[in-house]
Amino acid sequence: MSDPATMSAAVVGSDAASGALSGPRGPKPRRRFSRRNVFIYGTLIVVALYYLLPLYVMIVTSLKGMPEIRLGNIFAPPVEVTFQPWVKAWSEACTGLNCDGLSRGFWNSVRITVPSVLLSIAIASVNGYALANWRFKGADAFFTILIFGAFIPYQVMLYPIVILLREMGIYGTLGGLVMVHSIFGMPILTLLFRNYFTSLPEELFKAARVDGAGFWQIYLQIMLPMSLPIFVVAMILQVTGIWNDFLFGVVYTKPDLYPMTVQLNNIVNSVQGVKEYNVNMAATLLTGLVPLVIYFVSGKLFVRGIAAGAVKG
Amino acid sequence: MAATRPNRLFRNLTAKIAAIPMILTALVVFVGGTVWTVTYSFTSSKLLPKTKFVGLDQYERLWNTPRWLVSIENLLIYGICMMVLSLVIGFVLAALLDQKIRYENTFRTILLYPFALSFIVTGLVWQWLLNPDFGIQSVIQRLGWQSFDFDPLYNADIVIYGVLIAGLWQGSGLVMCLMLAGLRGIDQEIWKASRVDGIPAWKTYIFIVIPMMRPVFITTLVIIASGIVRLYDLIVAQTGGGPGIASDVPAKYVYDYMFQGQNLGQGFAASTMMLLAVLVIVVPWAYLEFGGKKRV
Repeated sequence: MSDPATMSAAVVGSDAASGALSGPRGPKPRRRFSRRNVFIYGTLIVVALYYLLPLYVMIVTSLKGMPEIRLGNIFAPPVEVTFQPWVKAWSEACTGLNCDGLSRGFWNSVRITVPSVLLSIAIASVNGYALANWRFKGADAFFTILIFGAFIPYQVMLYPIVILLREMGIYGTLGGLVMVHSIFGMPILTLLFRNYFTSLPEELFKAARVDGAGFWQIYLQIMLPMSLPIFVVAMILQVTGIWNDFLFGVVYTKPDLYPMTVQLNNIVNSVQGVKEYNVNMAATLLTGLVPLVIYFVSGKLFVRGIAAGAVKG
Repeated sequence: MAATRPNRLFRNLTAKIAAIPMILTALVVFVGGTVWTVTYSFTSSKLLPKTKFVGLDQYERLWNTPRWLVSIENLLIYGICMMVLSLVIGFVLAALLDQKIRYENTFRTILLYPFALSFIVTGLVWQWLLNPDFGIQSVIQRLGWQSFDFDPLYNADIVIYGVLIAGLWQGSGLVMCLMLAGLRGIDQEIWKASRVDGIPAWKTYIFIVIPMMRPVFITTLVIIASGIVRLYDLIVAQTGGGPGIASDVPAKYVYDYMFQGQNLGQGFAASTMMLLAVLVIVVPWAYLEFGGKKRV
């Protein structure tokens, strides 16, 4: 795909060159500060500021002391920067009787997210590979059910899964929650991998078959090394999705094992005690930090992940 | 191919074994779970699921519960506003970004970052921003506009619009991204042709580009809509369903009855209604999109 911006620049350039030779010709060159540009950039800058505002308020609030918050306005930068709220949010904030801060929720979330991401990607990539290259009878029917399953409200399946997990003896454990995340990550990830593997040249697969490679050999030695980018996309999708989950965490784990989002909500929305808004905002930022860092580092891959889920789903 | 044709059941055996997790998920969880919930919504289950069938009693009680009616009303207001506004905002932003501007990536990154944040974080930030004593209301009042009154989170009549503000902040970036992808898929020749004909840009958008982007719009709508039906975390974090029950939504109703009210039958009936709502959205779309032609 050629870049439209450079194309138009080249056209303008050649116009200018011919114009210099034989008097004015072609469209009048655009001024940089035309009314149109002022409108476009003005609107975008205002909107961008609006979108950034909550992040900015979170940051400044979390760096102020409580007396300053009571007196000043929420948009003012802190007069006296203090990191005490961050320390308190991380290691002292209370949920119920526990006063060991968000750190517990953070490590719970890590212990939930890492195995869930690995397991769901392992299952979904093999599924996608089987669907793309080893079509068997009925495969498409299962796949269709899976995709439609992505639209079923979670609330419909909440209780049957409670029963399922209880029968398996893993209700209320991290293992149970990992399984739930793997199940609900499956539709979108399987779709992602299936579409990707289908787009790879089939000759590759056939050549490997002729050479006598089997199901797992082709997967591990040919498909896997060729599809690292899509694995990264899937990881971004899953890490942010699972980290941000609230409903499954609150339904399928016990208070000791609550993920960070659930603990955060319990800290901020607890009815007891004096509200410490700076600690609350520090805690909120801490919880949002992991997906934010992933988002800003991964850039286009993040967009690709959500687009893959959206455009074809 | 082997000389003797192997049994059909055992062809691709490894692939079938590898697909077992998918098959189990599809059949046991998605189909089985849904059928189970719908079935038990016709029973009088309270603390534990029971098989004492009572017909449509649970549904009758559901539609006679004021709290459920409030939930439905909230979901409708939130849903319609969210769909219309996020489509309009998303499309306008995408159209602005599509004007071959500089710093496009920076703008897009800024507009999309809230989407990376969880609904819990979104809800808590906006709860703080809309705090009547410290937030936007107090700042504007202190600037001199004493009568300025904008307190959605503590006013039962408008609380759902306070949630809507947060929802739009979080979700419109995604719509913008999808619309931008759609706009980029439009043939540049169209633009050239309309320019040659002297059609103003806004007319080209409304009469040519938007009709061409119909599939993108429909897919986006389905995605937004199925997300709206699930709306739960945002409410829990931002308002907790309050003041009173004024910002309750069906998903919260289901959760509260299933896991806190110990009234499983009500929860099942309410979640079945949610499923019905999704079917009303998804089935016509799937029929339009995939009906007739075979899906590749």
